[in-house]
Amino acid sequence: IKNLEGYVGFANLPNQVYRKSVKRGFEFTLMVVGESGLGKSTLINSLFLTDLYSKDYPGPSLRIKKTVQVEQSKVLVKEGGVQLTLTIVDTPGFGDAVDNSNCWQPVINYIDSKCEDFLNAESRVNRRLMPDNRVHCCLYFIAPSGHGLKPLDIEFMKRLHDKVNVIPLIAKADTLTPEECQLFKKQIMKEIQEHKIQIYEFPDIEDDEDSKLIRKIKERMPLAVVGSNVVIEVNGKKVRGRQYPWGVAEVENGEHCDFTVLRNMLIRTHMQDLKDVTNNVHYENYRSRKLAAVTCNGGVDTSKTKNQMTRSPLAQMEEERREHVMKMKKMETEMEQVFEMKVKEKKQKLKDSEAELERRHEQMKKNLEAQYKELEEKKRHHEEEKSNWEAQQRILEQQKLDASKTMEKNKKKGKIF
Amino acid sequence: MKCVNGSEIIILWSGEGARAVPLAGHVGFDSMPDQLVNKSVNHGFCFNILCVGETGLGKSTLMDTLFNTKFEGEPTQHNQPGVQLKSNTYELQESNVRLKLTVVNTVGFGDQINKEDSYKSIVEFIDTQFEAYLQEELKIKRTLHSYHDTRIHACLYFIAPTGHSLKSLDLVTMKKLDSKVNIIPIIAKSDAISKSELTKFKIKITSELVSNGVQIYQFPTDDETVAEINSTMNGHLPFAVVGSTEEVKIGNKMVKARQYPWGTVQVENENHCDFVKLREMLIRVNMEDLREQTHTRHYELYRRCKLEEMGFKDTDPDCKPFSLQETYEAKRNEFMGDLQKKEEEMRQMFVQRVKEKEAELKEAEKELHEKFDRLKKLHQDEKKKLEDKKKSLDDELNGFKQKKTAAELLQSQAQQAGGSTTLKRDKERKK
Repeated sequence: IKNLEGYVGFANLPNQVYRKSVKRGFEFTLMVVGESGLGKSTLINSLFLTDLYSKDYPGPSLRIKKTVQVEQSKVLVKEGGVQLTLTIVDTPGFGDAVDNSNCWQPVINYIDSKCEDFLNAESRVNRRLMPDNRVHCCLYFIAPSGHGLKPLDIEFMKRLHDKVNVIPLIAKADTLTPEECQLFKKQIMKEIQEHKIQIYEFPDIEDDEDSKLIRKIKERMPLAVVGSNVVIEVNGKKVRGRQYPWGVAEVENGEHCDFTVLRNMLIRTHMQDLKDVTNNVHYENYRSRKLAAVTCNGGVDTSKTKNQMTRSPLAQMEEERREHVMKMKKMETEMEQVFEMKVKEKKQKLKDSEAELERRHEQMKKNLEAQYKELEEKKRHHEEEKSNWEAQQRILEQQKLDASKTMEKNKKKGKIF
Repeated sequence: MKCVNGSEIIILWSGEGARAVPLAGHVGFDSMPDQLVNKSVNHGFCFNILCVGETGLGKSTLMDTLFNTKFEGEPTQHNQPGVQLKSNTYELQESNVRLKLTVVNTVGFGDQINKEDSYKSIVEFIDTQFEAYLQEELKIKRTLHSYHDTRIHACLYFIAPTGHSLKSLDLVTMKKLDSKVNIIPIIAKSDAISKSELTKFKIKITSELVSNGVQIYQFPTDDETVAEINSTMNGHLPFAVVGSTEEVKIGNKMVKARQYPWGTVQVENENHCDFVKLREMLIRVNMEDLREQTHTRHYELYRRCKLEEMGFKDTDPDCKPFSLQETYEAKRNEFMGDLQKKEEEMRQMFVQRVKEKEAELKEAEKELHEKFDRLKKLHQDEKKKLEDKKKSLDDELNGFKQKKTAAELLQSQAQQAGGSTTLKRDKERKK
């Protein structure tokens, strides 16, 4: 790394990024899940220091319908020149039925559908600025039983930990003493590890100071929170808290609960990281699952699909096309070979049969010729014989003639006697 | 909206219309930009510059001067057969900011006799970087977050300091590049031009660019923080620069300068040249915007064209939007259908060939049989003829035999008679 002498100016890049991000504005989607009556709405109001939920705009516990719903509210926040579009997603009815099997399904469906929207927007030919409506964080409220996680808690977190950043919270923590709370936390973390649930992990930062802070936070997980819509005066100070006969549980008092830890972590230090993990990990997992299903048709053969994963679906199709072309070429040469061989066979057969016929014909011809010769011989012989005989006959005839002539002569002569 | 309690206001809407609710204190959302900035500083920054210009216009020297460092490379000769692109990556650090800088130089640009294809290797190089990013973006398992972006964010186009106008090579090249990269034209080695000539030169260049429809990079004026300085600078384009890594003592300071007998040209003196302006605009104020424009405009254009070329559309014939899955499935079905069709065609062709060949061979066979049938027939005829001849000979032989037998019989009778006559005669004689 070259350290520069003299001024260049790119040290100003962070300011350029700052400027542009403020101009663009920010987005964040927070999901809140838990049984009714765990103080979710109160906590949200406390977190954002405003009455998002109120009498006229009731929280999820007061909106329960027959089935689990997933509902969202959008909030535009302006603070210190920074604009943030905050979406709060809550789940009225979660865990409140007698039979809660599959009550997590609407939640999963919601998260997946937001990922799908993003995937489709990202994959368009004409892309415009894509709004990010993906769920960046899911606060899961655990009832303060003091004993351990309920089966529903385990089931929910197991099914969602690979789809969204899950941050488990112990709700209404002012019903637990510090010792009970410690035990409860230990028990919960033990069970989380046992079931291999991956809750949101705070990234390690190089800065020594901050890493100490991070470690402190990690030790306090899961965070035990208390919320309040009421402001009370304690020792001359106005604080948010819950008034009991025996005292006031202060929301923002670090010794009373972990609320400030949650607020600092969620909003002031790790909001960007929650978005990054959602984008780089959860969304990418969704995307590769989705695309693998499209291109690998289920991907049964794991060794082949692993290779396919490193390619884009288009490159995959290219590869398949190339394979197919090679296969076809091979098939073509094979067919060609078989064809040639068969043709050769047939031609050979034809040749053989031609030769055979030729031979037979030759044979017959020779035979015939021999017969002819024989005949000619016979004929010649006969002719010879005939001419001989005829010659003989002529001689005999002549003799006979001569003889008869002589006899005639003699007879004439004789008669004279 | 009004400010209540000194804090900003939240506006809500959830199907029931908007309502304003005050923030009762400092929540901490305003730390978002800082969080984002911290992350990007930790991650490091990346910037890629392409220098296009004829050999000898001081491209390497200018880069060295801009980034206050000596980059690798030796000066090139003029005898390059074609235009090549050489890229080098450097890791620089200024205070706590790390920058991965890639400098790409065109080697041999403008040196050939026929320069018609000079721009091609440049366009190809830029497209290759876009393609690499596109491929990564389309992968099933991808790592965009840690991808080393090699796309060109800024193209410094070096104009020769002729003082007259742009060369046709310049216009052609810039026209080919303006939809692919952010072009910042600069007048190189501008210490060869006097101030008055320079003003005229700049005006001429600007008007030529406008009349030829060349879109050069405009420093953005939409952000109030930098709108003023950017719009002023836009008016100074193209920047007339001088580069030098040598230092000369002026007063009691060492400054980068070029020393002539008639005076010293100070690189960082804004009266002498626009170097400082270039540095301000390129690096200190708009580096991030150059990177952003490359990604959201030039890359998107490339991507759109590429996808359309491959047959992807956003809506089906009924103008309903496709989902990604549908698009890929449709493409895949089309592709599979295509392959199957090809396979079927090949098979059919073979079947056809086999049929044809069979017919051919059958024909040949038929001919052969016909030939031999004919021969057979001939042979039959011959045989018949022979038979006839035989018969006639036999008849003749028989006839002859009969004749002969008859004749012999007669002869023997005659002989007998003759013999008796002869005997009588002889008897008489003997008497």
